[in-house]
Amino acid sequence: MSKTHFGPYGGQFVAETLMPALHELEKAYAEAKSDPAFKAELKSLLRDYVGRTSPLYFAKRLTEKIGGANIYLKREDLNHTGAHKINNTIGQALLAKRMDKKRLIAETGAGMHGVATATVAALLGFECEVFMGELDIKRQAPNVQRMHALGAKVRSVSSGTGTLKDAMNEALRDWVATFQDTFYVIGTVAGPHPYPAMVRDFQSVIGKEARAQFKKLSGKLPDQVIACVGGGSNAMGIFHAFLKDKDVALYGVEAGGRGLKTKAHAASINGGEVGVLHGCKTYLLQTGDGQILDAYSVSAGLDYPGVGPEHSYLHDIGRVKYTAINDKEALAAFHSLCLYEGIIPALESAHALAQAIINAKRLGKGKNIIVCLSGRGDKDMDNIVNYEAKMKEKKQ
Amino acid sequence: MSGKLRKIFSDGKKKLVGFASAGCPTIGESLEFMDAMLAGGVDVLEIGVPFSDPMADGPTIQASSQKALASGTTLKDVFALCKKLSRKYPEKGFVLFSYYNLIFHMGPEKFAAAAKEAGADGILIVDVPLEERREIKPVLDKFGLDLIPLVSPATPKERAREILKGIKGFVYYIIYKGVTGTRTKLPNDLKDKIGELKEASSLPVAAGFGVSDPVMAKRVAKTADGVVMGSAFVRIQLDGDLSSAKKAAKAKKLAADCRSALDQ
Repeated sequence: MSKTHFGPYGGQFVAETLMPALHELEKAYAEAKSDPAFKAELKSLLRDYVGRTSPLYFAKRLTEKIGGANIYLKREDLNHTGAHKINNTIGQALLAKRMDKKRLIAETGAGMHGVATATVAALLGFECEVFMGELDIKRQAPNVQRMHALGAKVRSVSSGTGTLKDAMNEALRDWVATFQDTFYVIGTVAGPHPYPAMVRDFQSVIGKEARAQFKKLSGKLPDQVIACVGGGSNAMGIFHAFLKDKDVALYGVEAGGRGLKTKAHAASINGGEVGVLHGCKTYLLQTGDGQILDAYSVSAGLDYPGVGPEHSYLHDIGRVKYTAINDKEALAAFHSLCLYEGIIPALESAHALAQAIINAKRLGKGKNIIVCLSGRGDKDMDNIVNYEAKMKEKKQ
Repeated sequence: MSGKLRKIFSDGKKKLVGFASAGCPTIGESLEFMDAMLAGGVDVLEIGVPFSDPMADGPTIQASSQKALASGTTLKDVFALCKKLSRKYPEKGFVLFSYYNLIFHMGPEKFAAAAKEAGADGILIVDVPLEERREIKPVLDKFGLDLIPLVSPATPKERAREILKGIKGFVYYIIYKGVTGTRTKLPNDLKDKIGELKEASSLPVAAGFGVSDPVMAKRVAKTADGVVMGSAFVRIQLDGDLSSAKKAAKAKKLAADCRSALDQ
């Protein structure tokens, strides 16, 4: 496999004008990766600032209610800022500091990655500008306020459809003109090389911890590991440590939205075709003419028309099974976790939970499933209330 | 006919390369518009193929792509437009300016065959740098289509040499860092950078990005073999206050003014 690709996927499909920035980043990251001082600084911030190690929690009541395999939750929702996103932004911000950059830029959809970037910018003293689609700014007002409070500028993007993919286009446009002093913090395992591998590396702490925690607990490995996949950073993060454990089945759960038969979903692998977007070759939602389609999911964080290229590869070689969970199933799982465990999960993570509930019944008692609980759901409450009110209206 | 782009540049005169967006605001209007550009004196026409996510383009070309897609422009329409123009102006050069997903999704072989059939001479793929060329270049070679590479001010000299290897048509030198859009001042290193490219190969160099008027065009052409004008034409395409006939007349005049500035 080439250094820049995962099988046929990935690569560096960007304009020549951006190549010097990518080359500089590749070099800096390769050096940082093998520098003990960099690793030590990252580790100490992950411990003291993020709050790692995150717990691996046995969801006993949920397991009993389902009546099947044991369900364990990897509690990324307990990280500072409430999601896994910060594992990556801390890593990239430290790298930016090493590269002597002064300004961080980021794209954001639901706002979680924007908040995580604004957070580390404040922590390490960077200027910060977050690109966000104008539609998302309306939908995610609380996160916009959080970013402002953290001292970041939020730049409204009105081009295209005013959503995450357009925010990413705009961030790339900014970066091409500013890379001398600006570092682009990409939030998921997509984009041009080295981002997919670098973001995975920073998120791989999730799987390393979970694997060791489970082994310590039970002396063996789990039967299944399940994570939700939008761009797929929490999934790559938890899968990576298990890729060589052939007996551990891995499940990546895409957002099925209103169903794969409708156009309203975000399941790039289950319902898309291979293409090239934002610098990498991967599965994408697109028209017959190759124009990129908008993704849809009740969960704004899964709402991306592509997927990280390593996921496309893991799908093709059959190492990870990619499924889709629709809005309704995710909401049901959301409520189950709230009611049986006292944990309000992010809607993104609820997709993984819904799959775990299905799989737990199939696997049966005595087997073990780890679910990556990638974030907490406080941010989704308004959205859920509105969605359910609408559903109720429809029924009447 | 293979090698036409190279031939166009071989008469010693400075060349005008003009860009406009196919389908903006409709395919019919863009045909009239591009026809006027060619009639006015554009030597090589870059036909912008509209894409939903033009990440290397500034607001002007983005807006034109969005308009083109909103009016329902398809790849088939773009090929048909190219065919009409290339039949009418057999002595001119035609380059399809596209993002890679459109080509990849159609299938590189199918795309190249259709482009050739439409009379295109070259293809410029914005998001295919040197690193990703291996998949598409052999296919274009097979169909006798020139891959038009981009070189930027930040491209190191050695890399520029690599980029020029195996290239037959011309090379597009991007004057400014950043995305497309018109500017008013030329950078100081322009002459040296183009000099480096001329030293590295015998390929003609067309320079562009931000060239907004005939005066600037003439200054660029002092060192380059040709000048590329894009956003300046597209701004006319986007002018909602003008009728399509007026836009075409304005484009023709801009092309003619540049042409005479270059010929002076």
